[in-house]
Amino acid sequence: MNYSPSHFTAVLEFAVCAGIVFGITQRDTPKRMIRYGAAAFGLFAGSAFVLSWLMFFLAR
Amino acid sequence: MATSTTKPATASGKKSSGFVYGPLLAGWLIPGAGHFVQRKWVRGGMLLLAIGTMFVLGIAMQGKLYTGASSILDMLALAGDLGSGLFYLISRQLGLGADVVQVTTADYGTRFLVFAGLLNVMAAVDAHNLYTGRKK
Repeated sequence: MNYSPSHFTAVLEFAVCAGIVFGITQRDTPKRMIRYGAAAFGLFAGSAFVLSWLMFFLAR
Repeated sequence: MATSTTKPATASGKKSSGFVYGPLLAGWLIPGAGHFVQRKWVRGGMLLLAIGTMFVLGIAMQGKLYTGASSILDMLALAGDLGSGLFYLISRQLGLGADVVQVTTADYGTRFLVFAGLLNVMAAVDAHNLYTGRKK
């Protein structure tokens, strides 16, 4: 078993799984769980995306 | 002088009976099991799916399963891995995971494995909070 995703794919997989757990554990009602999970997903994936571009330009 | 005691209660306000750390222990051993024992099937299933997927992806990426600690960072990573409960113990017995990180994706995999354990600890604590009535 050898799985080699791209960095971006790995980020998305990580963000989905973490978002689900964060949503369920940090909020009480299903509606708020979904909203919080989606926000966590966006922040995980978005911050990785922004920081990646930042490092790209810093390396130049 | 009045003393107060914390009585475990379910979300519905009823006093919970039995071993109060049962859901915490069950949730640590098997992701989502702490919710299953309280009949929170959807939440438990989602947690099992998310944490299980993350752990399997980590193994598939040839991530490293920490077996010992030679530095403080290794110690923290080992603590994270141990959070996966039976997943970690079974994977160790089966010899899954890499001993040495050799490719970039294996490094991602190592982080996936550690983070799956940490997420499982969060889920187990959530199950405990549900059981004691601290959370609905």
